[in-house]
Amino acid sequence: MTQSMRVTYREALRQGLRDALLQDPRVFVMGEDVGRYGGTYAVTKGLLEEFGEERIRDTPLSESAFVGAGIGAALNGMRPIVEVMTVNFSFLALDQIVNNAATLRHMSGGQLSVPVVIRMTTGGGRQLAAQHSHSLEGWYAHVPGLRILTPATHEDARGMLLSAVLDPDPVLIFEHALLLNVEGDIDEQSHPVDIDRAAVRRSGRDVSLITYGGTLGKTLAAASALAQAGIDAEVLDLRTLRPLDTAAIVATVGKTRRAVIVDEGWRSGSISAEIMARINEHAFYDLDAPVARVCSEEVPLPYPQHLEEAALPQVDKIVHAARRVSAGRA
Amino acid sequence: MLEFKMPSLGADMEDGLFVQWMVEPGQAVRRGDVVCVVETQKGAVDVEIWDSGTIARLIAAPGQKIPVGQTLALLAAPGEPLEAIGAGPLSVGLAAALPASGAPATAISPAPAAAAPEPAPDARLKVSPAARHRAGELKVDLSRIRGSGVDGAITLADVESAAAGATQPTRAAGMREAIATAMSRSKHEIPHYYVATDINVERAADWLEKLNAGRPVTERILFVALTLKAIARALADVPELNGTFAGGAFCRSESIHIGVVTSLRGGGIVVPAVHDVDRLALPELMGALRDVLARARAGKLRSSDLADGTITVTNMGDLGVETVFGVIYPPQVALVGLGRVVAKPWAVNGSVVVARSMGATLSGDHRVTDGLSGARFLAGLREQLDHPEAL
Amino acid sequence: MSANEAVKSRERIRAAVYEAILAIAPEADLEHVRPDGLLREQLDIDSFDFLNVLVGIHKSIGIDIPEVDYAKVATLKGMLDYVAERLERS
Repeated sequence: MTQSMRVTYREALRQGLRDALLQDPRVFVMGEDVGRYGGTYAVTKGLLEEFGEERIRDTPLSESAFVGAGIGAALNGMRPIVEVMTVNFSFLALDQIVNNAATLRHMSGGQLSVPVVIRMTTGGGRQLAAQHSHSLEGWYAHVPGLRILTPATHEDARGMLLSAVLDPDPVLIFEHALLLNVEGDIDEQSHPVDIDRAAVRRSGRDVSLITYGGTLGKTLAAASALAQAGIDAEVLDLRTLRPLDTAAIVATVGKTRRAVIVDEGWRSGSISAEIMARINEHAFYDLDAPVARVCSEEVPLPYPQHLEEAALPQVDKIVHAARRVSAGRA
Repeated sequence: MLEFKMPSLGADMEDGLFVQWMVEPGQAVRRGDVVCVVETQKGAVDVEIWDSGTIARLIAAPGQKIPVGQTLALLAAPGEPLEAIGAGPLSVGLAAALPASGAPATAISPAPAAAAPEPAPDARLKVSPAARHRAGELKVDLSRIRGSGVDGAITLADVESAAAGATQPTRAAGMREAIATAMSRSKHEIPHYYVATDINVERAADWLEKLNAGRPVTERILFVALTLKAIARALADVPELNGTFAGGAFCRSESIHIGVVTSLRGGGIVVPAVHDVDRLALPELMGALRDVLARARAGKLRSSDLADGTITVTNMGDLGVETVFGVIYPPQVALVGLGRVVAKPWAVNGSVVVARSMGATLSGDHRVTDGLSGARFLAGLREQLDHPEAL
Repeated sequence: MSANEAVKSRERIRAAVYEAILAIAPEADLEHVRPDGLLREQLDIDSFDFLNVLVGIHKSIGIDIPEVDYAKVATLKGMLDYVAERLERS
């Protein structure tokens, strides 16, 4: 029986980095301000002191350059963990990620592999306005050749890193900014976590709430509120957006026959749209109501707090959508 | 700006299922036009609008269950420009913050193509895939089921209830529930008193026969029409029996709209009203009665048929009942019960003759009137029927 | 009228009367109605319905049944006989 310890999500991420650095000498961390500054979000605080300059590397202020360098290092046998400060800045390295990291195995007929891990902070809710509040993990999930992880729990924040580092192909990990200070319990002992399957976080019979990452907390809160109203919601944490665990999605919809997808991205062409398409393809005849979704409003994310709040998915919107599709159930 | 709200179509109505719009934004409407169809426990009702104006925005959508009093649509008053009617409280916060361009699709525009939700033209049913599959397995006829899912869709639970035959909300069951509610409420709230009498209607029946002899079958007048006219005239002397009781006070009605208890062939009863009975000539009254009964039996009642009865008459004569003591239909304060017209022995001027007679009763609300009013009414009714030619 | 014509005419009368009744009582099972029993009782028809039946008969057959004859047409058999007789006379 292992001991458990109470940590913040930030500390769990740090533990995951330490686990990877300790277990595999090929692993090193690189990014803006990860070393001397301890990381913009303090995730890598103390790692420079523990592991030294060779393994914790500060990079120049140029995403395209340092993501490219990370890809180069991976091509040459290293296991780099590249930290891009936020997904908003990753656009500057889009060509590297989509045209190099994602394609080289395919284009080389399997001769080349790019085992790079790219970590990015994502999401809105801190009044950082339109250019700094994106949730584009769904966008990246569109690209074959990439694996997209969205750890929503402390166990996943710690464990997914090691599994990602061991993956021979590029892995993008999206860490929601609002989770960083949240506390939770994890085992003292580290162990690998699978990065292929979704997880049912709350079992239920009446409606499936399907979500990932930063909105898991709100979705679970909505499930509690729904329970008061006599609606027993099942909450599915997707964990991996690419490849999507279609089997888990089909299983939960098969059980409840009703689904609400909660996705902080905008609805148009989003991961919620992809999930609805898969439900249509694989579970249409199980449905007892149309599938619904709660996404961010179709606007660049606002700066004033009341408007930003109105634009993002919230517990009451999730509850409302779930109640609506639950009309007429047994 | 005018608001068109869900009307109350019966004392016990709390909400109605919105079925479809019969008008579009930009359309001009006059008071009395049928603008939408609402399904109540009494069946589908064509709802007439009370105001005249131009439809600006349709708010209710087919399949929605809407409480009485909630706004169904917004109208521009005559002379008011349509554009003056703003977008209204749609999405929290954002509506105020966004500029007018690119506004959500439900904003006002005079073009009919805009916001009107599509009325259900063909009989295409909304059925969830799971429900449809199950209905096939259980051999359930989907067209007879009322859906309780999103947008009125039929769900798995609806199909299974229908198959079990148990608590499925069929129209007859819904109606029975509505009647139960209304009658319970009546007996609970209204202290009833009853007065009864037998009326010698030989003169009236004889007069009517002679009248009808000269009329083709299509213009024949039934005895009940004569009686209704007599009731309306008698009420003029006892106005405290004609009106409604609400909020602890009686509100006399200037008009006399008589609700006629009508049984439906599938079970259940409705009480449509014939308006201004005192002002209708007998042939007109017969026509109005025939029209409203035809609408009631066809399930095509209008909101004006159901909304404003001031007194109700229950006629049990056809069923062979001689005396009926009815339950007052709230918020009214009286109910007249009529029995069958049957030949009986009467003492007239010292000898026994056979004359046709009809039992008549009055149930009264003791908060508003007492036996004296009831007695005066019955005496008045007798008086009127004694002079049928004046009716 | 020949015997053949009489039968055909009888058929037409029956069809017209049935149609008029079914218009106001669509669920009525007229094959199993007692011909000598009171129609209004067996089929749960009220005075308005009855008047509409008479209007229906008037429309399809052209015969106006006056109030004085109501007693004669109170049963199904009575109605069929009455209508046949009136047609023959005209």
